[in-house]
Amino acid sequence: MQDLRVQFATSGGTVTAVDGISFEIDRGEIVGIVGESGSGKTMTALSLLRLIPEPGKITNGRILYGEKDVAQMTDEEIREFRGNDVAMIFQDPMTSLNPVLKVGFQVEEAMAAHRRFTRQQAHDRVVPLLQRVRIPAAKDRVRDYPHQFSGGMRQRAMIAMGVSNEPSLLIADEPTTALDVTVQASIIELVRDLSRELRAAVMLITHNMALVASLCNRVIVMYAGRIVEEGPTRSIFKNPQHPYTWSLLRSMPRVDEVEKERLISIKGLPPDLGRLPAGCKFHPRCKFRIDRCFTEEPPLGEVDPGQMARCWVLMKNIVNPEAEALK
Amino acid sequence: MSAQPAEPTITPTHDPTLKKPLVRVENLVKYFPASGGLFSRSVVHAVDGVDLAIAPGETLGLVGESGCGKSTLGRVIVRLQPATSGHVYFKDVDLTSTRGEKLRRTRQQIQMIFQDPYASLNPPMTVGDIVAEPLKNFGVARGKKAEQRVQEVMRVVGLNPNFVNRYPHEFSGGQRQRIGIARALVLNPTFIVADEPVSALDVSIQAQIVNLMEDLQSKFNLTFLFIAHDLSVVRHISDRIAVMYLGKIVEIGPSNAIRDKPLHPYTKVLESSVPVPDPDLEAARKPILLKGEIPSPVNPPSACRFHTRCPIAQPICSEIEPLLEMKENGRFAACHFAGQL
Repeated sequence: MQDLRVQFATSGGTVTAVDGISFEIDRGEIVGIVGESGSGKTMTALSLLRLIPEPGKITNGRILYGEKDVAQMTDEEIREFRGNDVAMIFQDPMTSLNPVLKVGFQVEEAMAAHRRFTRQQAHDRVVPLLQRVRIPAAKDRVRDYPHQFSGGMRQRAMIAMGVSNEPSLLIADEPTTALDVTVQASIIELVRDLSRELRAAVMLITHNMALVASLCNRVIVMYAGRIVEEGPTRSIFKNPQHPYTWSLLRSMPRVDEVEKERLISIKGLPPDLGRLPAGCKFHPRCKFRIDRCFTEEPPLGEVDPGQMARCWVLMKNIVNPEAEALK
Repeated sequence: MSAQPAEPTITPTHDPTLKKPLVRVENLVKYFPASGGLFSRSVVHAVDGVDLAIAPGETLGLVGESGCGKSTLGRVIVRLQPATSGHVYFKDVDLTSTRGEKLRRTRQQIQMIFQDPYASLNPPMTVGDIVAEPLKNFGVARGKKAEQRVQEVMRVVGLNPNFVNRYPHEFSGGQRQRIGIARALVLNPTFIVADEPVSALDVSIQAQIVNLMEDLQSKFNLTFLFIAHDLSVVRHISDRIAVMYLGKIVEIGPSNAIRDKPLHPYTKVLESSVPVPDPDLEAARKPILLKGEIPSPVNPPSACRFHTRCPIAQPICSEIEPLLEMKENGRFAACHFAGQL
């Protein structure tokens, strides 16, 4: 993805949901895209499939899948690309499954629609696929309707549809947010196993930093349609350099918390994309800002090998950030 | 592992480590008619014989997965819904049997904060009217006095008191939750039930509301029942934690003691399932995966309700129901094999 920009023409003017995003994902890699509502994380994923809702448009940039530019594909090519090369898993599996069709039939359709397999092959692959996503008694359950499945099982069925054509890229948009924590744990295990078995690249879109720590090799942190920090998971969690990443990590309570420490809250609200502030987009909420942050937007610069941050200050230059942030 | 408790069995309502409880719940039951069939006589066992006590000034966290009955328990405790049987004592007043003026005076001291700050505020009412409503309903104050009180609580929860004439849709999610908190505080309550108060909010806003609730608690000496599905938030805010599964409390104890050594297998599974924001710890963590699905509360399993999914279940678990009894000082678990997973 190179210098992607997504804009929406609204009655109140042009809203830029994604502004100048560039990144790469390799086969077998699990990349987390983290941000709050309105940060542009979902739009980034949808633009990869050219599925941005009206009146949104990709106004700049290139999306390369191998050598092919997704933005230049014909309708036929994009259909094949969506069906065969990429799979998307959404937050709410109930609204993404057709309630009046049997689960097994829907999985079969997903394969037949994209012509990688014949109808007979598709039919024969359904039960093994459901078994592969660890649906118990898969032979019997192919004939069930979605409402007869629990939330976790529906998500598994969705994943089965997603991986049925053996995609090389799996996009998971908040795949466990609607699920209970014990079910979440098993879905995470499943995604991890599948990425290994299929050697697929996985893009995990989430607001949950703990989930990222558990699953991802690399993290991209988004704020106001921009990447504000990215790097290997370990560096981002152990050594975050952007004040937003740093604050986000300290605003979350931890289940293994030993001493009750006050949470560091980020004052104010995520910005209105139609009225972004000048300078660094995070400066109105930042506790470490300097004069330059008000007027000049910092570039995404390398702070450590493989780690980039968009900040004039950087957390390594702050002496006692906890004390500073709690002031 | 632990010795048999002395006779008679000590239940959570007689916890020797608690001072005189502010709230005592005894054998509380709430059944709903199950949907489906006009003449169907099946019932949902939403809350099925709950005992618990809450000490003045503490936060008791109530945690469990969707459908376990935790929200229903909260609503029955504040009497938003009538109990099927059992008792809820606030100080010494039994809320399930008291009526009239005495009930009104008692209920004034009990308030609730809801999950969805979008659905729990009446859209055509101004923020000032929403916050003032309990004052009018309970005939506590009106006119200038009510206005003053509203502005005072708005300031306390971090809202600009000049916004009294604005409408809920003009506020963000976090600000709306502050409005809900202001409404709960306006009558100067002693006990607040908060049902998933931060789960609809963005991460950066969650911390603001959690910090606010902690500040309010110490400022006004409030007692909280904090209901949530997110064990991380519950751990942070609670002094003690109660874990619920299919209508029953399976474990109660001090938050830190439960973190270090969960006694009930279900608590252990929950603790092991929650990821932590630390890649090194995550690489070492092994969640205990549960077999099967959560059973229906219409036909809960016999005896111990967790036995169908429990990794250490024995034949006795489907035959004799384990009581929620004291296993160690101040620690209660309903399990024949407590502490063995």
